[in-house]
Amino acid sequence: MSELLERAQDLLGRARGGEEMEVFISRGVETEVQAYQGEVENLSSSASAEIGVRILVDSPQGARVGSAYAGSLDEEAIDEAITNARDNARFATEDEFVAFARPDGVGAATLSLCDSRVTSTSMDAKVAMAIELEAMVRAGDKRIRQVDAANYSDYLSDAAIVTTTGISATLERSGAYVSVEAIASEGDEDQTGWGLSVGRAPGDLSLEKAASDAIRRATRMLGAVKAPSSKGIAVFDPRTAATLWSIMGSALSGDAVVRGRSFFAGRLGEMVASPLVTLIDDPTDPRHFAASPFDSEGLASRRNELITQGQLQQFVYDTVSGRRAGTSSTGNAVRGGVSGSPSAGCRALQLMPGDYDQDEIFRRVGNGIFVESLTGVHSGVNPISGDFSVGITGLMIRDGVLAEPIREVTIASTLQRMLLDVIYVGNDVEWLPGTTAAQTLAIDAIALSGS
Amino acid sequence: MALRRSVLTGDAGSLKSMSDTLVARDVVQRVLNESMGRGADFAEVFVEDRANASASLDQRRIQELSSARSRGAGVRVVVGETTGFAHTADLSESGLLAAAHAAPAVAREGRGGVREVRLDDLRDYPSRAQVAPSSVEKAAKIALMMRADEVARSSADAISQVQVGMSDSTRRFLVANSEGVFAADDQVRTRFAVSCVANGDGGMQTGYRPLAATRGFEFLTPESIEEAAREAAQQAITKLSARPAPSGDLPVVLAGGSGGILFHEACGHGLEADAIMKQASVYAGKVGELVASPLVTLVDDGTMTGEWGYLAIDDEGRPGARNVLIENGVLTDYMWDYLRARKQGRQSSGNGRRQSYAHLPMVRMTNTYLMAGDADAEEIVAQTPRGVYVAQLGGGQVNTATGDFVFGATAAFMIENGRITTPLRDCNLIGNGPEILKRVDAVATDFSTTPGTCGKDGQQVAVGCGQATMRLSGITIGGTAS
Repeated sequence: MSELLERAQDLLGRARGGEEMEVFISRGVETEVQAYQGEVENLSSSASAEIGVRILVDSPQGARVGSAYAGSLDEEAIDEAITNARDNARFATEDEFVAFARPDGVGAATLSLCDSRVTSTSMDAKVAMAIELEAMVRAGDKRIRQVDAANYSDYLSDAAIVTTTGISATLERSGAYVSVEAIASEGDEDQTGWGLSVGRAPGDLSLEKAASDAIRRATRMLGAVKAPSSKGIAVFDPRTAATLWSIMGSALSGDAVVRGRSFFAGRLGEMVASPLVTLIDDPTDPRHFAASPFDSEGLASRRNELITQGQLQQFVYDTVSGRRAGTSSTGNAVRGGVSGSPSAGCRALQLMPGDYDQDEIFRRVGNGIFVESLTGVHSGVNPISGDFSVGITGLMIRDGVLAEPIREVTIASTLQRMLLDVIYVGNDVEWLPGTTAAQTLAIDAIALSGS
Repeated sequence: MALRRSVLTGDAGSLKSMSDTLVARDVVQRVLNESMGRGADFAEVFVEDRANASASLDQRRIQELSSARSRGAGVRVVVGETTGFAHTADLSESGLLAAAHAAPAVAREGRGGVREVRLDDLRDYPSRAQVAPSSVEKAAKIALMMRADEVARSSADAISQVQVGMSDSTRRFLVANSEGVFAADDQVRTRFAVSCVANGDGGMQTGYRPLAATRGFEFLTPESIEEAAREAAQQAITKLSARPAPSGDLPVVLAGGSGGILFHEACGHGLEADAIMKQASVYAGKVGELVASPLVTLVDDGTMTGEWGYLAIDDEGRPGARNVLIENGVLTDYMWDYLRARKQGRQSSGNGRRQSYAHLPMVRMTNTYLMAGDADAEEIVAQTPRGVYVAQLGGGQVNTATGDFVFGATAAFMIENGRITTPLRDCNLIGNGPEILKRVDAVATDFSTTPGTCGKDGQQVAVGCGQATMRLSGITIGGTAS
């Protein structure tokens, strides 16, 4: 048993009679380097440890839960967290559906998510990567005027989740990233583009890919104009498509559904999307950057098919939302860090790939717009009403190929319509950081608002 | 080292005497000496003790109360152009010294030598909160949430869901640096928000109203909470009959308050000195130039007591200040933190902020607002034959290098023949900062402010926005109707 798991198990002994207890401990090291003009601008390297405690008190009318968090594992901090969680539990409303997870017999996938090269690689080598990345972008195209930030970052963490109800899960993982934002200039005009590369360790990263992405995106936006308003086909690149699927995923959360806050509520079995859409959530797929053997309540991850050829199959649940809906957890508890409480959410979304590469989709679309970046997603998309309106930059598609760049325009539709209006799904899956992998996607009947 | 633990859980009175004990003066001094002795040009110790409490109500139930406590220190060491940073949750002298060693080790290139740091007398800013949130019975907080739920639900039968969230944070920090700065502050912030869902024939619509201030629990009165609940419910109900927003360019009247988000995005971020010094802002090199309509006088003001972005001192120990950024359309200055100001041989403008001890400070806004004008708000609408009236904005985003920005309307209406008419569904508006600033053609007298959370490079800080009712002669509206 790992030392962290042992420590978490020990703390369960502090639960009093009539209480259930959950302890979530996480520990990690991280490094961040920012390069600017050939030098290190910022460099930070730190270790941290955190604990989240939840205490549940059962009564005939239902259970009450309270939670508390501490940003250190010293005894005093842990004592205070346990005391606060216990006190907080007194004030919750009794709820028959509230419960902690219990082992459900599903075995955990064996996944290798931790690469010790994160800690064995020297700081000098990490610094060199950030500096080289900046230099590559600056030298890559004479129109690159500035590199706003060239970053390297990594982490290595281990965590344990245990409960008095029998949950015992541990998780080790690591990640390394480089990202860079380039500014290209021509005359008075500036355009930006960013590129990234992700992996489990520094050795997995491709500086070339990050640099060339940033350069291509910034330079090909030069000369961008405001397009006239129109209605037609929008082709989303894998990054922007991933944003769309994340939003769709938030409406597939059992929490949102049982609370009547999803446009999918009450539509199980219906054709909610084009037959081209098969959407799954599968944290056991090792290719997915968000892969993980356990969810945030310590239940084994599993593959869940949410939409099959356009038909709504199921929602994702954590323990409480599953009980509320009269079913059980699908292994989809998520939380915003150690301090957050579990709720239901998609964890590793992917859309089943289609038949065409991006160029073939452009050819088939003929005329439309290609969307390379979205802005205002948090202010212009409402996953409850389904209203969708965001700012974009991208390029026109004319006669089956990319044409002039466009800026300062919005696209709008509703999430409900967009699902039904999917006309092509690419085969170019990108395993992006975050909870969603995606490929090129073409959607019809999108309103473009411009000049 | 003496750490008095009662501070954040006690009453408002005990908050005042805490500053010199978060970490003792002589310890801070030794940590700074250690950093400077390793050849730094600048060193800083930031010690923070933060307690957060939050509660949520959903489906008529109090879901869960949470408490969070984080204590720790960040040590920043500057050598030449390089900043090294390390943080620790260990506030003992050895823990702080370990961070002080790690920070310059990452900055490397130390030149050695000894420099004794002389700290100023402590500047301590007591909490302005009258009622410390931690002194309030949890039952009293819950009663307010239940009341909001009841008021929202009784507003109309169509209200199907009500969510009420409440949180408070008490943040005590001590900051000391090699220039002698030695200052402490208590920041108490309280937030309450009501979200409603209304169900109608055409689907679901949402309404939202936040209340937030850099004040204690005294800020939340039963009256203010009931009003917020009614307004959130009303907003959702009104939108049930909303039609799709238009697309294309139209004049837009922004109601006083949340319209300030326009300035936060259209130029606020572009006036932050970190973007300026990297030539990553459309406003770089434009001081003294006309960058906006002469009706625009834009101020960033950390001294607005009680406002969400208020601060007595920033997170580098610099007193909050009122800084005029644009005066009658002419760009007068940018916003500065310590490092950026030092490179320019000037003083910080009090805009160095950080999310927590585990983050590096950077240039951030406080309360950013457009000064009121002299037009009448109703007249502005009456003199707009056709356009859009935006009653509430929900947030925005900007690319400072191109100046292109968006902001979302969460409550909007058509203006037809000088009158506010049909409600519109949610949409984003899009524009280019320098172009849009020139299109401000009317500003009224009815100034008000709104709270927001600003994210930049992954760090969140509380900011205020404000303006009076104003009009843009044209901006692109991202609706679906032609």
